Order: sequence, then structure tokens, then C-alpha cells
Amino acid sequence: MDRHSNPTRPQDSEKSPPIGFTLPQLMVTAAAREIRDGEVVFVGMRLPLLGFLLAKSTHAPNAIGVYELGIVRDTVAPAPILTMGDLPNLYHAQWLADTADAMGLLQQGQVDVSFIGGAQVDRFGNLNTSYVGGLSRIATRLPGSGGACDLASLAGRHIIVMSHEKRRFVPRVDYMTSPGYGEGPGWRRRVGLPRGGPAAVITTLGVFHFDAKTCEMILVAVHPGVTVEAVQAHTGWPLRVAPEVHQTPVPGEEELAMLRRFDPQGYWTGS
Amino acid sequence: MRPSKLLTLPEAIGRFVPDDSSVALGLSLESLIPFAAGHELIRQRKRHLTLIGPISDILFDQLIGAGCARRVRAAWVGNVITGSCYNLRRGVESGVLEMEDHSNLTLALGLRAGAMGVSFMPARTALGSDLFKTNIGLKVITCPFSGDRLTAVAAINPDVAFIHVQRADEFGNAHAWGNLGVTRDACLASRHIIITAEEIVAPDVIRSDPNRVITPGFRVSAVVHRPWGAHPAPVPGHYNRDHQAFIDYRGASQTLEGFDEWQRCWVDAVGSPEDYLDLLGTDRAAGLALKNHAPSAPADFGY
Repeated sequence: MDRHSNPTRPQDSEKSPPIGFTLPQLMVTAAAREIRDGEVVFVGMRLPLLGFLLAKSTHAPNAIGVYELGIVRDTVAPAPILTMGDLPNLYHAQWLADTADAMGLLQQGQVDVSFIGGAQVDRFGNLNTSYVGGLSRIATRLPGSGGACDLASLAGRHIIVMSHEKRRFVPRVDYMTSPGYGEGPGWRRRVGLPRGGPAAVITTLGVFHFDAKTCEMILVAVHPGVTVEAVQAHTGWPLRVAPEVHQTPVPGEEELAMLRRFDPQGYWTGS
Repeated sequence: MRPSKLLTLPEAIGRFVPDDSSVALGLSLESLIPFAAGHELIRQRKRHLTLIGPISDILFDQLIGAGCARRVRAAWVGNVITGSCYNLRRGVESGVLEMEDHSNLTLALGLRAGAMGVSFMPARTALGSDLFKTNIGLKVITCPFSGDRLTAVAAINPDVAFIHVQRADEFGNAHAWGNLGVTRDACLASRHIIITAEEIVAPDVIRSDPNRVITPGFRVSAVVHRPWGAHPAPVPGHYNRDHQAFIDYRGASQTLEGFDEWQRCWVDAVGSPEDYLDLLGTDRAAGLALKNHAPSAPADFGY
């Protein structure tokens, strides 16, 4: 995932989740549950870093983690890490190699799932992490793609994790750093992308999937205390809602204990 | 007797990095970032540099803030654990800084093309994205064998690659370990290579394990002994990442005045490696030291 959007800060207009866990803990848990046992995961920055550790420690002990720095891990790092380059993440790695090697695995189609953050997203899951305001009038320069464009182009599926605000959920992104479904059905194939596309968006308000026919984002779950109306109010296009909207499952005791172990200072998952 | 390539950092940069050079830094991504070398570029007031690298963490932002850079060819410029970088924002939003937008894969393949001596490398990434609008080194081509649409990534050949390593001999043969990012391709693609090293060791130490040599010494222009030369980035086998330094830099660089003050304290006032260690303080340095050593098993290269 890219390294600048900060999905960990709830907005004023949102209700706080019930006591016992934080919003970032809820989002990390939702991200972890997107990982199936045995999958090869391209692990992104921030919350996904913890999501992989959580999945590996609970329901997906056989997952393999690939990191853009040129790291492949099949075990949980022996000490807490704030970022993927921290030395515990190198200790007893399965492979330490080059960025091109990690990206080669991705380009070959060896990576099942990846995680990406975004500053701006549209209804087809296209992401902008480069230029807010577009190129003719640059309002804000963001850090850029990093590996995000590669993950969105080449992973079997990718999960977007980001803050849910109206200025971020726009009808059309100002600049497409990382391709989603482009202009809709058939677009990825037409431009030459070999596979993939966004499978889910985990936001500070709820969880979205994508309609198989129209490729549009569909609200499938809201976080505890959040209404569908609130999600619409923070979304810049007419929201599509699944026939049944569930409540995002809350983290269990075991998951919370793991998260406290992996992020003891609460740097990423504090309130 | 071969000539030694050992120089001081001011000598190496004075000799091999004129204004207008293209320089590649931060090639292992988050670790082994050559901060000491970058700071010497700032002290020598280098101008109109092109900065090349995948993510750079905060080093590119520092060079931009100090007025050294005219152009950036990178996948990501920011602060890994805090987000956006402010000198980059000021530079691009005011129109003085030219950007060439890459992904990590296109940057890696541009350097690989440079390393292989070919004009481009093909890829399947970025198709349909707007990277093509802000990077003239990306073109869509048709594969002559399969007919597939592919991204052609133009070769990148920096004037100088800066790398920080754990140990080197005086002839430019160096061992680096950990994740290596795009280091190997960037070295081979560059005209000059300047190495800063935690330790200078006897040539036999390096020759005992040729698999760990990062690039052949005959391609290296200068070797500089610089303990703590990657701080606050981590160096496997030597020290951990100094997270607080990255958090402090975010606060300091939010305004131009704050950045100037940071530069005066952490760059301009540092005349020697000893000055830097004094500034860092022994307690902080000790806090970053490895707490659990984990040496690898030796490999037998006998015959």
C-alpha cells in the first residue's frame, strides 16, 4: 500500500466504535480476514503490515508475505515493527533479494492478494496517490505510486484500505496512479493488464466489494455505529448498496491480544 | 600495486559530482540509505541535481529543501512512517521541481535496462494508468512474439550511484546484506559508484565470500569510511532504524524556516563523522544497537 494516506484517524462526523477496540484495530482485522490460508500476500505499509501478521498468527498460518523491499517471509517477525524495513522483519526471512525479484513474482502472477492505500478513489476503484487537483492545476503533490501501481496492475486481487471522506471518494480520480477497473467492464483487458482488479475497499466507515457485472463499488458492510446514510453522506457519487448490508465483524479477544503484541505502543492501531 | 580508492567524503563528492549530475540514492529502499553522503551534497551546495531512486524515505526531501535538486525520477517521495514530505510538496506545487513518476517496478526495470546495456525493458505494469502522462520514459508497445500490449521502460543511466554498505576494502569491493532493493542494477547502470562503508576491511575478508559482493570493485570510483553513514535508516548487522528521527523531521520540515533550522543543526554544523556522533549522543546510539545478534553460517568456497 502507499505510505501517505492515514486511515487511522476517525473523522469528527463519525461515531466512535464501542469501547474495547479502536477503529484501526477493526480495519486491520477486516484486512486480515481477506487473507486466505496458504495465499501469497504482497504486504503493504501501515495497517496491512499488521494485517498480515494477524492473519498469519490466527487463521492463515501458511500465508507467505512478499515485500517490495525485496523480502519474502513465511514466519512472523520476532519483535514489533513499525515498517517493513525494520531489522526484525529481515531476521530469518525466507529470502532477501532485490525489488525486481519481488516484483517479478508479482508480474508472473504468483501473488494472490495485495493491499493498497489511496488518497482518492472513484467508483471503479481507481486510485490517486500522486496529484490532487490534476496536472493542469496541482493543488497537492502526494508521495506517488511506490509499488501501488504495480500491485493494482499485477496481483490476483487487491484490497484498498483508506480513510472515508467525501473529498477522497470522488466520481472520477484527478490522476490515476493505480488502475482499478478503469472506465468499467472490459477496460483492464483492453489496456493490456494481465489479471486482477480491486476486490474490496476497507474504509473508516465500512467495507465495499465490486459488482462482477458493472465493476462498481458496492457497500456490503458498515462498521458498528455507522449508518448507510452516513456512508452516503461521505461518498461523492450515488452509493450502490448490497441487498443486505452487514455489520463489520468486530475483532475478537485473540485478535486484539495479537494486535497489542505486534503494535505495543499503538503507533498504528491506537485510538 | 593497485591504487587505493579510499577518499574522504568531501573529496569523493568534490571530485565525482559536479552540478547538474544525476545521482541515484536510497537504492535498498528503507535500509542502507546513504544519508551521510546526501548531507555532504547539501554542504557542498550542489545545484540542479537529478535525484533517482525508488522511495528514498526522507533523503530526497532533504536534498530538495536544501535547493540541490531540479528534477526527481522516483516512485515515491515521502516519509515512510509519517506520510507526505513537505519540501517535495512545496517544490512541485510551486512548479520549480520537475517530476518523472515511476512505480517501483518501472524504476527497477529502467535501471536494469541501464545495467544490461539495452535501451528499454518491457513490463506488464502501469498499463492504462496516468504514469504515462508524467513520465516520458514509458511507452506502450506491442510484443513482437505474443502481440500483447506491454509497457516499454526507457533505460536509466545515472551519473553517480551512492551506496552505503556494511564493509568494503580500499579497492571498492564491498559486502552488503539485507534486502537489496535496486542496488545491484543501479550500480551497474551508473557511470560512477561512490561507496560509504561502516567498516574498511582487508581485501581477503571480502574475497572470502564473493557472493556477497554488491558490485565488482573495478567499477567503483571511491570508497569512504563512514560509520553511522546511513543513520537514521537501519543497517543490518550494525544498527536499528531511528524512528524518532523520522518523526522529528516531519515536525521540523513543515515550514521552510523549520527545515532551515533542521539543516543548520543536522547538516551544516556537522564537519566530521565525530560531530555527527556527538550530536546523536551516546545514549541514543546505544539504544539503536542490535540487541540480538544472528550471524549466518559460513559458506565453504574451497576447492
